[in-house]
Amino acid sequence: MPEMPDLELSRRGILAGSAAAATAIAAGAVTSADAAPLPPTKAKPMMPVKFKVNGERRELSLDPRTTLLDALREHLHLTGTKKGCDHGQCGACTVMVDGVRINSCLSLAVMHEGDEITTIEGLGTPEKLHPMQAAFIKHDGYQCGYCTPGQICSAVAVLDEIKRGVPSHAQANVSQRPKVTNLEMRERMSGNICRCGAYSNIAEAMAEVAGDAFEEAKA
Amino acid sequence: MKAFTYERAKDAESAARAVAGHAGAKFIAGGTNLLDLMKIEVETPTHLVDVQDLGFDKIEKTSDGGLRIGALVTNTNLAADDRVRRDYAVLTRAIVAGASGQLRNKASTAGNLLQRTRCPYFYDTNMACNKRKPGSGCAAIGGYSRQLGVIGVSDACIATFPGDMAVAMRVLDAVIETVDPSGKHRSIPIAEFHRLWGDTPHQDTVLANGELITAVTLPRPIGGKHLYEKVRDRASYAYALVSVAAIIQPDGTGRVAFGGVAPRPWRVEAADALLPQGAAAVTARAFQGATPTKDNAFKLPLATRALASVIAQAKA
Repeated sequence: MPEMPDLELSRRGILAGSAAAATAIAAGAVTSADAAPLPPTKAKPMMPVKFKVNGERRELSLDPRTTLLDALREHLHLTGTKKGCDHGQCGACTVMVDGVRINSCLSLAVMHEGDEITTIEGLGTPEKLHPMQAAFIKHDGYQCGYCTPGQICSAVAVLDEIKRGVPSHAQANVSQRPKVTNLEMRERMSGNICRCGAYSNIAEAMAEVAGDAFEEAKA
Repeated sequence: MKAFTYERAKDAESAARAVAGHAGAKFIAGGTNLLDLMKIEVETPTHLVDVQDLGFDKIEKTSDGGLRIGALVTNTNLAADDRVRRDYAVLTRAIVAGASGQLRNKASTAGNLLQRTRCPYFYDTNMACNKRKPGSGCAAIGGYSRQLGVIGVSDACIATFPGDMAVAMRVLDAVIETVDPSGKHRSIPIAEFHRLWGDTPHQDTVLANGELITAVTLPRPIGGKHLYEKVRDRASYAYALVSVAAIIQPDGTGRVAFGGVAPRPWRVEAADALLPQGAAAVTARAFQGATPTKDNAFKLPLATRALASVIAQAKA
């Protein structure tokens, strides 16, 4: 994949972009060519960072303030990961780093040198859906869809956490291994908020992907 | 967010020196609390010293049969450790009662001890707050104080320490190990780690500038039933209105600490001794001299009821 230039965003550019949204989508890209440039800001020291995203090596030069979320969205144009609250309260920005889920909004990109990051784009594609994506569609695990990439990344990670025996608040006895119950999944998904309230369908989608493990937990 | 410079430290002493030698510098580990506060400019460090490479990510046995928890062990890994689940279950229970799965995967042991209050007036930079801006006053006193402190607070600040993990560590008599920029080590009992606000609520802990937490040690296990009861506004992912960490022995004696009520995990050893007499006796002693507001006076009976529930669970 060729390295794409950073998105140049300005207020006027965004307004123009949204006014022309239909044509922009049809053209496949939002252009800000007609936007007046903003006055230059004070030069900021940029920092290099290298990490792998969805198996691909990436190199960026970033203002140290850039969060992992903004690096993914604004610099690598992987806009599947969403910015909801930007404060770790909603879970829309959930991605996997070295196999565990985190809030990408509460992590600096420069702190991820050498890490392996998986976003929703790395889980599946429209042609080849991840089983969790397919299950969300089948069970109507979303309405507006904004929280969905975070929900799906979290859901995949939650089933893995239960499999690895990571304890949770839902367990009566934390010295035992957790089971894939509805209660366990709901507790572990509490860091992902869905304003449309698709929670029960999300739990059903997860139960389907868990398969036998869920059925055994019920028995 | 204000601009800052960033470096990744190679060893503990140079990390401590980097923070001590740079005005406005801070350590960053998981970053889950610090970055949140930096975004709203409640925290405005000029330099960040990233400590993730220091190797403090192990849990080891100590020579006297306890556990030494590296400062960088994540909340998830600490809660999931088999020895912790078996011998210090109150700690696992407290950790999994806090935050979300995503946050626990990133938040560190040391960072959790250092997390700042969730007082809404501390978060709102338009409000007076002696903790955020010394001398500016306290808008919480006389304001919306339902979630705030009932004991150990002062005329300058009524904020609480918001964490769960530390409340369990308080009943376990954990000790916090640090290193300072000169390479000197010290051990701080958790009872003395968090300050009472007094006239200087901007200082949360007794740590000196540049002093870095390297580990938290737990003494050898003391047995008993390990319980953590957290009462909050929703079933998951919310701060405690009141929480109770307890270790209760078969004879009814034990230890108890309360969260969500004070500037530090609140434990009064003289109140522990009253456990065999029941919850009301314990809380009457533990909360002697409490100064609740009209909005948060409910926390006192709530603490008694939460403890009664814990005692009942211990007997079950």
